[in-house]
Amino acid sequence: MNEVNFLLWVRGIGFDIALAIFVFGIMLRFMEILWLGRKPELAAVRGNGVASGMRTVFSRFLPADSNTLKRSLFMVVAGYGFHIGLFVVIFLFAPHAELIESVTGLSWPTLPSPIVDFFTVLTMLALMALLWRRLTHPVLRFLSTGEDYLMLLLTFLPVLTGYMAFHHLFLSYGWMLGLHILSVELLLIVIPFTKLIHMFTLFMARWYSGFMAGQKGVQS
Amino acid sequence: MSAATLKRGLQALREEIDAPVASFFSSCMHCGLCAEACLFYTETGNPEYTPIHKLEPMRRLWQQEFTLLGRLQSLLGLSKPVTDAELEAWQPLVYDSCSLCGRCSMVCPVGNDVAYMIRKMREGMSASGNAPEGIMGATTRAVKIGSPMGVRFPAVQAQARHVKNDTGIDIPVDVEGAEYLMLMSSMEIINFPEYMESVARIFKQAGKTWTISSTAFEATNSGIQLGNSDIAKELVQRVVDAAEKLKVKTVISPECGHAYTAIRWEGPNLIGKPFSFEVKHIVEVLDEFRTAGLLKTEGLEEARLTFHDPCQLVRRGGVIEPPRNLLKMVSQNFVEMEDNGKMNWCCGAGGGVSANEDAAELRLTAFKRKKVQLESLHVDTLVTACANCRMQLEEGLEVNQMDMPVVGLTEMLAEHLVETPDDEASDDKIKIPAGD
Amino acid sequence: MTTRKDLTVGEALRTQGISRRGFLKFCAATASMMALPPSSIPAIAAALEKARRPSVIWLSFQECTGCTESLTRSHAPSIEGLIFNVISLDYHHTLQAASGDAAEEARHTAMKENDGKYIVVVDGSIPVKDGGVYSTIAGMTNLEILKETVAGAAAVIAVGSCAAFGGLPAANPNPTGAVSVSELVKDKPVVNIPGCPPIPVVISGVIAHFLTFGLPELDNLGRPKAFYGTSIHDRCYRRPFYDKGLFAETFDDEGAKKGWCLYKLGCKGPTTYNACATMKWNNGTSFPIEAGHGCIGCSEPQFWDAGGFYKALAEPTGNFTTTAGVAVAAGAALGAASGLLNRNKQKQAGAEHETVTADNLEKEQTS
Repeated sequence: MNEVNFLLWVRGIGFDIALAIFVFGIMLRFMEILWLGRKPELAAVRGNGVASGMRTVFSRFLPADSNTLKRSLFMVVAGYGFHIGLFVVIFLFAPHAELIESVTGLSWPTLPSPIVDFFTVLTMLALMALLWRRLTHPVLRFLSTGEDYLMLLLTFLPVLTGYMAFHHLFLSYGWMLGLHILSVELLLIVIPFTKLIHMFTLFMARWYSGFMAGQKGVQS
Repeated sequence: MSAATLKRGLQALREEIDAPVASFFSSCMHCGLCAEACLFYTETGNPEYTPIHKLEPMRRLWQQEFTLLGRLQSLLGLSKPVTDAELEAWQPLVYDSCSLCGRCSMVCPVGNDVAYMIRKMREGMSASGNAPEGIMGATTRAVKIGSPMGVRFPAVQAQARHVKNDTGIDIPVDVEGAEYLMLMSSMEIINFPEYMESVARIFKQAGKTWTISSTAFEATNSGIQLGNSDIAKELVQRVVDAAEKLKVKTVISPECGHAYTAIRWEGPNLIGKPFSFEVKHIVEVLDEFRTAGLLKTEGLEEARLTFHDPCQLVRRGGVIEPPRNLLKMVSQNFVEMEDNGKMNWCCGAGGGVSANEDAAELRLTAFKRKKVQLESLHVDTLVTACANCRMQLEEGLEVNQMDMPVVGLTEMLAEHLVETPDDEASDDKIKIPAGD
Repeated sequence: MTTRKDLTVGEALRTQGISRRGFLKFCAATASMMALPPSSIPAIAAALEKARRPSVIWLSFQECTGCTESLTRSHAPSIEGLIFNVISLDYHHTLQAASGDAAEEARHTAMKENDGKYIVVVDGSIPVKDGGVYSTIAGMTNLEILKETVAGAAAVIAVGSCAAFGGLPAANPNPTGAVSVSELVKDKPVVNIPGCPPIPVVISGVIAHFLTFGLPELDNLGRPKAFYGTSIHDRCYRRPFYDKGLFAETFDDEGAKKGWCLYKLGCKGPTTYNACATMKWNNGTSFPIEAGHGCIGCSEPQFWDAGGFYKALAEPTGNFTTTAGVAVAAGAALGAASGLLNRNKQKQAGAEHETVTADNLEKEQTS
């Protein structure tokens, strides 16, 4: 397979397969979770669960209380660095926005590529920091499973290959771009069936958590 | 009657797995933040006490049986089923080192309510016979005798007689049509008799009718701590029956945390229908009296004091401001701990930990967190609104040779009640113990 | 007396009236074109001076003559014009005067006289389906002519994307089974000079290189690195707009008028390796992007089938909407089924629930 065929495959059939598995898996997981349902709250509620649920969905984007923040500063800083970096790289790089527009029809302004480049480096550094933390912190080392490390790797690859393609490192642009797209497709395929699904289910989790706490009159 | 088996435990877990649980397990990224919020981890440094890890058997059951991929893995024989040995090994994690305080649930970035899941996990543990002996014993006593500490109604009557002698106030028993049904916790009956006297005096001043029930005086619910809905339901039903029989408007949960959660939040869900009466914590009722001008106090405590938030009352119960309103009414030197209100640190003995002998040492280790909080605050007096917290705080302070009285909020308020002319026996009221 | 054919390149140039000074200028231009250091100019001059005018046999197969047009229409006196004057073009359908048997005779003579030394230039792809019957010259299939001609050649230069990669004739569905030169010629060095058409200077530059230093250094697609080493995108004068995130969204919007990047309009500059952005066309006048149209990637393999000229590189090329639609439906269906199973499991556990009482808290004793 030559460079052009490879690139054509990842942009064509490869993308179709990945996108199909991705949306299939998301639907499947959502149905699996939501169909489980939950029992109605029979106690006389004190507060509005809906309002509280909505607030928690957004409030958990912010760091927890200052004490927990102090205790987990490394994780919080690296975590924010990674997530913000990844968000910028995915959504604010012009070619990515172009892809999203072609798939969804939604478009928005993008950032100059040197800025995106900076965030790419930030994302990679943050991911490496998270890996280091996972390997050295007693709780994280204890909790971590093979899946955790695999997820780090699978998330790292698209960022790395994208960076290398942009800077024409190691392979020609076409090959690297193809590898970059392939690594993203691999990620798309595993997202629904691994803990990477958290990027969607966290909204449900926060909602339920905030809803239940809100009914008791606590803003969680 | 069949004994507890793994099969029953797993069935119980299957019943408990709902959409929130599935979304929580789906979302966990093993970031470890919950550990930093858990005093059992922070005070021991033992990573096994990471809250989400305490749910691992339940997570595996969910993964294997409630996800398509897990089902496929099981079909292909690629997954290891949850065993009884595994559940047994998890007992110290699910019971000894978790007070259901729910602090971890507040810090989880993806919003997992870990405490909600531990409560469910205990259903499986109890149905499979993997609950700690101590809590099983307390539960058996609660069901068979009527109180986890083995207190019977005559002991309550004896308390009532003391109150009558001291204050001249009759403790109403089984009075039909009273506005309030007053529940008590065993600890208050045995260790803190001041409580009954205090409510008697406050309600008298407020002019409210109340009663205790001879069939349902006990507020605590070991079924909740054990994590068993069948037993919890049986215990709640006693209160519901009494409340309905006596036609009260409101049932008052005493100064006890989990008793409040049990009757206020779990109660209607356990019996499967909304209550025909209201349920309030004593602190809520007192705050209502305050707002209505029915609670008249005089004088202010001069001691520098702080309030220990009982987790089940505050973070898991939603009664956050009332105790503070009341405290400010009778003290001029009230200071908050660094982490307070919904972010308070547990005393270390909630959620059945105090009834669990296996956890005796661990809960005193966990108290170190409170010790640090108190030391940094330089307070003279510690006020709380949960008898269980109070026991743990007193023991912890004693063990750590810290000289500080622990006072129940209701008693403190009663201390400052404005004397009314017919309040004859109020001369020899109990003094707040001075730190000696 | 030396015949014209026996002249060296230097001699031939002088008979054209090119001075020594002009010759050195030509050498300098060649050096810079091939990205060689100025110090190599004397070496190039010396080599060219002595090099015998090579015999070149130009074979045109499935092609449009655009490549020849590209060369011959270039302005005189250009470097490429000069080099064409110094080579001995012994066979070229379009340019030769001879026809019929005489033309084929010229090819055979050139092959015989320069056996092992002549250069074969091919433009156009070679049909191989059905025995190659889809294109014949003088009763021979292109395939036969190629095999026969290449047998005694020193090297083959595949000019244009058709010869280099199959080009348009090989585009989907490729009815004639068209293939590139390099797919058929395995035992001779093949230099690909792709482009539709290729830049004329590049063709002459490669010939000059061949005469002076032998075969140029090639990339993995057989293209001379000196000309195909960087992408259009990297050398594009509109690149700063790309980096600033300024794009033309349509061909007639403000961005287009201001000369912003054409990436979103499907420019293939990032994946196209060619010298257009630096050498430009029509004597360095302009190149497609400068004229307001994105690069179509004509010098890359399969450019015709590479996902659409107006589709941005980042855009998927397949029919993802249908697939994704089916996948959503399938996911929902299977999810609902799985969800029902989950719910049943939960319900069944509830139905089989054995009440826990104070008497059965203890574990079953295993004896």
